[in-house]
Amino acid sequence: MAALTELTLAEARDALKERKISATELTQAYLSAIDKLNPDLNAFITVTREQALTAAKTSDERIVKGEARALEGIPVAIKDLFCTKDVQTTAGSRMLEGFKPKYESFVTSKLWDAGAAMLGKTNLDEFAMGSSNTTSYFGNVISPWKAKDGAKDLVPGGSSGGSAAAVAARMCLAATGTDTGGSIRQPAAFCGVVGMKPTYGRCSRWGVVAFASSLDQPGMFARNVRDTAITQTVICGHDPKDSTSAPRAVPDFEKALTGNIKGMKIGIPKEYRVDGIDREIAAIWDKGIAWLKDAGAEIVEVSLPHTKYALPTYYIIAPAEASSNLARYDGVRYGLRVTPEHGSLAEMYRMTRAAGFGREVKRRILIGTYVLSAGYYDAYYKKAQRVRYLLVQDFKQAFEKVDALLTPTAPSAAFAIGENSDDPVKMYLNDIFTIPTSMAGLPGISVPAGLSSTGLPLGLQIIGRAFDEETVFRVAGVMEEAAQFRAQPQRMEQG
Amino acid sequence: MSIDAATVTKIARLASIDVPEGEKEHFAKELSGILQWIEQLSEVNTDNVPQLSSVSDTTLPQRKDEVTDGHIREDVLANAPMSDYGCFVVPKVIE
Repeated sequence: MAALTELTLAEARDALKERKISATELTQAYLSAIDKLNPDLNAFITVTREQALTAAKTSDERIVKGEARALEGIPVAIKDLFCTKDVQTTAGSRMLEGFKPKYESFVTSKLWDAGAAMLGKTNLDEFAMGSSNTTSYFGNVISPWKAKDGAKDLVPGGSSGGSAAAVAARMCLAATGTDTGGSIRQPAAFCGVVGMKPTYGRCSRWGVVAFASSLDQPGMFARNVRDTAITQTVICGHDPKDSTSAPRAVPDFEKALTGNIKGMKIGIPKEYRVDGIDREIAAIWDKGIAWLKDAGAEIVEVSLPHTKYALPTYYIIAPAEASSNLARYDGVRYGLRVTPEHGSLAEMYRMTRAAGFGREVKRRILIGTYVLSAGYYDAYYKKAQRVRYLLVQDFKQAFEKVDALLTPTAPSAAFAIGENSDDPVKMYLNDIFTIPTSMAGLPGISVPAGLSSTGLPLGLQIIGRAFDEETVFRVAGVMEEAAQFRAQPQRMEQG
Repeated sequence: MSIDAATVTKIARLASIDVPEGEKEHFAKELSGILQWIEQLSEVNTDNVPQLSSVSDTTLPQRKDEVTDGHIREDVLANAPMSDYGCFVVPKVIE
């Protein structure tokens, strides 16, 4: 029998049911992996050892009684943006250090109801704002990967960098993430794991610390497409507490993995082949096209004419929504409070927010406040909402011709910590291939497709129609099979 | 459009964030850079294009206007930096 942490989630699920392994020993194996690796990688902000072992004990009892649920005994990690009852939930911010919610998010309660065990809360960019996981108050997450030639530590991507790194380094079997403009898919690509952002409305945002509410969407990371499909099925579903949650039945995504895409039409958006595209990214994209063609799909070139405007549109809409959402952090009801001596209430607000928010968060709140302010609202915010309409139309027209789209996930492999940090716009360009999908609310998945010449993972993205995650998973399964990605990071639990 | 230190002062006040004098120039430069990059949207013709605020295809659901929870005062106050007599406490706002 393979070492416990080498089992995939599907294998562990079956081994647990057949009582070849116990949930307790599986959980202990992951806790010891965290003990060993977390001091270097900083993927977890909080480790919930007791809670994990208690859940595992319950799972072992249920398995004996023949009452195993969908994820019985599976140890998972939770992005520290999901509220977890009585467990510190920081959003990677000093503002929420020590905050212990009195309620559980919808997505995490789905996981616990299915029998999963929480190992801990993973690190992230502050309030999920970032593409490198270098804006967390709790320190940078270090990628488990190293470049062949480099001694430098690399970023895991962001904002769900801790979750992606934890899955890649085998510190958990699966992890939750949230994706506003690429925060699941980009770190999945950088860390060589699978990451899925479902359709906007598939997963409830109840209990997720809000960043940009018209874009935020929870999703899952796992080592392969099947494990992602299994966990993604569990966390989806209608929730009356989120008014944008879709009242639709959730299919069993694992059943969508038929391995058959014969006759399917796959679109290649020509505008994604931007001038100056990285040679290796273009090459892996071509490989992906060839794989899907060999599997019997028909490749069709499509046009998404407004692609280049998606990023600037996003950087109006997301900060605008963030500036409103983050107005709640005022030092009164929860979180940090800084009160200058004899200071007024207004001074308390200003000092609290100055001390509690980091630089990137402040930058986005200020931009958001500016574009919503009198005199600029029409020129920026209304304009962006109109361009967003055009972006949605682009995808609608493309999906009249094709069943799914294939694109790169990120414009490069992972970069070193500190790179791209001198210029915010340069950092924002990391999400050039993921943001259009977010703006249109469509499902997207990143699948590891190969390695760069420096030995770092490169991901390809599959995008589907709204609420057609099944096609996305089906194509992803076929591509994963063709890619045969077997590379492993240098720093991981070796079993 | 470029943002100067005075504009940073104004939006920082609107956003209720204290920005020290020494940081204003730096923010002004960064925010101007972002806004200049955003300016490219002016190339897009949006005459007669509707505004899109949500991609959700469902209309917002309504429910009966009735109390569905409550009696959780302790939970509500559990994370308050300061509370007393079952209330949030803030600096005095009236003389």
